Amino acid sequence: MTTPNTRRRGLARVVPAVAAVLGLSLVLAACGGGDDEGGSGDGGGDLSVTFLPKNLGNPYFDASSTGGEAAVEEFGGTFKEVGPSEATPDSQVSYINTLTQQGVGAIAISANDPEAIGDALQEARDAGTKVVTFDSDTNPEYRDLFVSQADAKGIAAKQVELIAKAIGDEGKVAILSASANATNQNEWIKLMEEDLAANHPNIELVETVYGDDDDQTSFDKTAALLQKHSDLKGIISPTTVGIAAAARYLSDSQYKGKVALTGLGTPDQMREYVKDGTVGSFALWSPEDLGYLTAFASKALIDGDIKGEEGDTFEAGKLGEYTVGENGTVILGEPLEFNKDNIDDFNF
Amino acid sequence: MTSLIHPSDTSTQPRARSYRDHQRPLWQRILFSRDLAVWVALVVVYLYASATVPFFDRPITITYLLLDVAPILLIALPMTLVIITGEIDLSVASTVALASVSFGVLYDKGTPIVLAAVAALLVGIVCGAFNGFLVTVVGLPSLAVTIGTLALYRGIAVGLLGTTAITDFPDGWTDWARGRIGESDIPSIMIPFAVLAIVFIVLLHFTAFGRGVYAIGLNEGAARFSGIRVERTKLVLFMLTGVVSALAGIYYTLRYGSARGDNANGMELQVIAAVLLGGVSIFGGRGALPGVIAGVLLIGAIGSALRLADQTADVINIVTGLLLVVSVVGSSVLGWVSSKRRSRGAPDAPSGTTQSTPPQPHNNTTLTDPDGPVGEREREDR
Repeated sequence: MTTPNTRRRGLARVVPAVAAVLGLSLVLAACGGGDDEGGSGDGGGDLSVTFLPKNLGNPYFDASSTGGEAAVEEFGGTFKEVGPSEATPDSQVSYINTLTQQGVGAIAISANDPEAIGDALQEARDAGTKVVTFDSDTNPEYRDLFVSQADAKGIAAKQVELIAKAIGDEGKVAILSASANATNQNEWIKLMEEDLAANHPNIELVETVYGDDDDQTSFDKTAALLQKHSDLKGIISPTTVGIAAAARYLSDSQYKGKVALTGLGTPDQMREYVKDGTVGSFALWSPEDLGYLTAFASKALIDGDIKGEEGDTFEAGKLGEYTVGENGTVILGEPLEFNKDNIDDFNF
Repeated sequence: MTSLIHPSDTSTQPRARSYRDHQRPLWQRILFSRDLAVWVALVVVYLYASATVPFFDRPITITYLLLDVAPILLIALPMTLVIITGEIDLSVASTVALASVSFGVLYDKGTPIVLAAVAALLVGIVCGAFNGFLVTVVGLPSLAVTIGTLALYRGIAVGLLGTTAITDFPDGWTDWARGRIGESDIPSIMIPFAVLAIVFIVLLHFTAFGRGVYAIGLNEGAARFSGIRVERTKLVLFMLTGVVSALAGIYYTLRYGSARGDNANGMELQVIAAVLLGGVSIFGGRGALPGVIAGVLLIGAIGSALRLADQTADVINIVTGLLLVVSVVGSSVLGWVSSKRRSRGAPDAPSGTTQSTPPQPHNNTTLTDPDGPVGEREREDR
């Protein structure tokens, strides 16, 4: 049966095998040098910190990883960033498993699901890896520490401070929120109302409207607000979708420069509106500082300086000393204010 | 062709290559089979990665690998049969998500978990039956139908739960889904998988139903004329795919302890890639389950090795995609080349081996049915 046909058939059958091996060898060869370093450097308890964001190629997480890498370089550890291309919990689990096998010192993760990655994180901790969540938490039982971007009180106070400054601490303001049942938004709004009543008696909050985090809805609600309240002095939008839509409306209308707008937004979204004078200033935490603090928190855990219990304190380089709060949470601090003087320093 | 349906007349008729090369001795069939090539590739990749990738050569690698590919292994079983009939089901991952969400929502609303699981399996059967109905009764191409239901089932799943997740499942169930068999490193999900794998291997390779599946893929018209119930077979296969996808959906939910509308996003491509890499012809009629199982494990092992070597998700996608293209295109091109050569006539065949039997049996075109293109494919090797 060794006719030429048989031989060709054999060749056809070998194709997948050859392809598989060639493909793998090429890729592994391309990264061969790096592997060896990684392999020898990854002993137990050393300062290797791996960032595992919700997904790669996301400007927000690019910024947090930049901060994390800077911190790791500062304290002389090994930095690595891995992650899925899509923000799904199942793909994060594969990466957590891989890091468990590699025995990295700490995983700094932004969770895509509070529960789905829990079991994998538990296995990582059983193997001696420290787990720090940042930006988005898991259930507290699955991690050593959560580095939170800001607490609700700080976020609310910052926005009130900015609007008061923009309108001269006097006049009517309105809030453009996300959806009516968004827990964090409602908490901020409640705190803002309390803050206004207690510290800014001349500012009147006339209405809160909801744009459902939809660009067009937020745009239309802004228009309706301005028609309804002809003497409105300012709008606070504590959501990145809302503030961008409101800014877009204002920049093309007669209200540009007359009605103040502030809230929570990203510099990339808001750059043009800050430069054309529609928006004076707005706030958000700095993802770079968030990554920086997360890396130092990881170091403190690896070194055994802290256990993630309430009252533990650690040094975080240029950011100073931090104290672990309740539920193993560290708060980065006050949101950062962006205006035309500093907005070009940020890229996310 | 005729030899397939009437094996008895081979003595007089010059016959075309029958499926599975049954005229060759068993040892040759095994040794030169594509299945074996995939298993060899798997072993080679495993050994190579163990030697070059740090941390790969540990038992825990196999545990994680099997846990990761378990739903793909499950769905690949019925998918193999569907593709052998020349059809395809792109809606499997969406069925996984819909079953996952149904399971989670029902359990959350107070349904006993066993009933919720049964209901999720029923959802899978209905999803599969709807695909099968549109393909066999309405007569639409399965590619178009299942692209539609891919969006439809995913849409319903996401619509039912929105962006939230149901996470509070009983510990006993989730522990089992994540657990290992006894003290070993083998995940316990491999037990139901092994049972299903044996069921499907018997069904495809040792029953009349299975021979009908191959016959439909080789030549649907001929299969129909020889009394095979083509429509019923396809409907059954789509329903089997649906119910196994739902099973994978329940496993998925319990393993991650989370019922979500975006569960198993994009898994249909991983399943189909593994099935094709495992030696199943996308044109139908050829393939075997052992090769498919090796194909799934091969893709899983490559992904695991690349992640351990700190490659990004994009690189893993590129390598998986290239593997698929090379294995499908490569073997098609070789088959095309050899069929071209043969169609120029036996005397032009490359020299080197004595042609002791002057009339090359394979060269004779015996097809009488009007289905030309299918006949062309059949004369290709593999």
